[in-house]
Amino acid sequence: MIYEGKQKIWSDYQKEIPDDHWYYVRSCIRQNFFPASERMFTEITQKVLGKDVYETPYHTTCGGIAYHCDTIPQETVMTIVARQFALMTEAGYENYCPSCITSFGNYAETLETWREFPELEAKIRENLWKACKREFNKPKYLAHSSDLIYHWREEIRKRAKHLLINQETGEPLRIVEHIGCHYSKMFPHKGVGGAEYPYVLAGMVESWGGQVIDYPERRHCCGYGFRQYHAKANRGYSLSNTHKKFESMEPYKPDAIITNCPGCPYFLDRWQYVIAEQTGKTYGENGYGIPVFTYEEIAGLVLGYDPWDLGLQLHQVAVEPLLKKMGVEYDPKAKYLGLNKEDLMRPEMPNSIKCC
Amino acid sequence: MTNYFDELMKDYRFREGFHTCINCGTCTAICPAAEFYCYDPRKIVTTVETRDDEKIEALLKSDTIWYCGECMSCVTRCPRKNGPGLVIMALRDLSIRTGFFTESEKGRQILPLTHALTGNILNYGYCVYPETFKWDDHKESGPVFKWHLEHIEQTMKRLGANYKGKGPGVLRKIPQESLDEIKAIFDVTGGTERIKQVEAASKKKAKEMGLTDEEYERRAFEYCSDKHFNK
Repeated sequence: MIYEGKQKIWSDYQKEIPDDHWYYVRSCIRQNFFPASERMFTEITQKVLGKDVYETPYHTTCGGIAYHCDTIPQETVMTIVARQFALMTEAGYENYCPSCITSFGNYAETLETWREFPELEAKIRENLWKACKREFNKPKYLAHSSDLIYHWREEIRKRAKHLLINQETGEPLRIVEHIGCHYSKMFPHKGVGGAEYPYVLAGMVESWGGQVIDYPERRHCCGYGFRQYHAKANRGYSLSNTHKKFESMEPYKPDAIITNCPGCPYFLDRWQYVIAEQTGKTYGENGYGIPVFTYEEIAGLVLGYDPWDLGLQLHQVAVEPLLKKMGVEYDPKAKYLGLNKEDLMRPEMPNSIKCC
Repeated sequence: MTNYFDELMKDYRFREGFHTCINCGTCTAICPAAEFYCYDPRKIVTTVETRDDEKIEALLKSDTIWYCGECMSCVTRCPRKNGPGLVIMALRDLSIRTGFFTESEKGRQILPLTHALTGNILNYGYCVYPETFKWDDHKESGPVFKWHLEHIEQTMKRLGANYKGKGPGVLRKIPQESLDEIKAIFDVTGGTERIKQVEAASKKKAKEMGLTDEEYERRAFEYCSDKHFNK
């Protein structure tokens, strides 16, 4: 498709994103695998940009993963969602921001289903009252946390210490953007840019100086597949889908991958390690993998945060090749140190994929 | 329960995802599962459209309905606004309610999945939680995650998490009163009943297969026969 055509589609799928006062709920997977990304989200939004982003300790999982593993009924997950909305209402907010894409899809599905079947909303309100004696207003605005970073991308650009530009060549870094399936595949109008040409991550990459790579399997799922990962017997499904994506993007020589879904960065990172261990194949330069990042990690690098404060030491694929290209200074000896430089030893090194 | 189509029609997801299918096969072309497994979402929708109870029962007892990854790529692309992924969710729900899920290798996985996910939700308030994420069952998470789990109190502190702490923050301890509310939601909405149904049907099947409950659950979690794959 010609570039102007894409711009037209993007302009058809713009969503209104209020500039302030957001009620924030966390992601189960991101807290486990990318704990510093969520901390960085509140750091950037509250401290760097001065926004009101509120969190209560009383919120819980939305139940989305259990729902998509088919282990809890629809009424159960919807009533958990209703409780989350009640906490938002009680805190005095009307703009709802989940950190998780599965959650974002879950909230969107719940709101759309209630819109179409009001009797179900009434039933869920009754359930919530019976179980928790709570009532709720529906959010006025629903935006994923990547929508907010997209919305504030130029403010981040103004404060940039580093850009997505190769410091040696002066060329834009070549970035693959990977959008979580439940961001907009079910409800295209809920995502910035819709389902076919989502712009939420592409917009960040362009604002911060990089070049977005188009490749054949750009919209293919990372392979999480819920039960296809959580049941050990099924993980070949997950691995095969990631493998398909890497084979497709390899000829375009990406410098890095940016993601907005909790599971995707984990799978794109870890399955590269598994593919290398099983077959010896690596997709980056000189025996390295292609480093995979969350949007907060990239935003943090752009803003000049220390890579180890961003949690990049928890990646299995080494991030150092991108740090060098961006001109980010880092202390290799500090990578695996704990708080106050506590010695925590080092992880074992993989056999095939090069790590630092 | 014999009129399976009527049962499916009570499911909001089925009503959202099941309209007139034109058999174009776009869903199958886009489906990540169809490339990997012997799986064709178009055929599933066609089978359900027959409203033939015998054929639908065979689906409910089959591995086929458990191959989908619920990525919902099919929802985006269907020219008639069908959602085969939503139809699958309704079929799975009915397979669990009827107990037919124990008749297939992939269906039997519902027991370990239920224990893992609802256990984490009810005990901790999270779907995934470090204490139940065993590295030996997740070697793909790599040596870096093994290191992380071995030093989790220190690594979480280093990264600014509030692991098991009071107040807001990453992996905070979710207050007991919130967990009590989630348990009450499970009780009121059929979540607790669902767990009991899955456990009872699985226990019966384990006995039939000559396995202890533990052997059955472990086998369901990790055993994969080679009959599922596209050659």
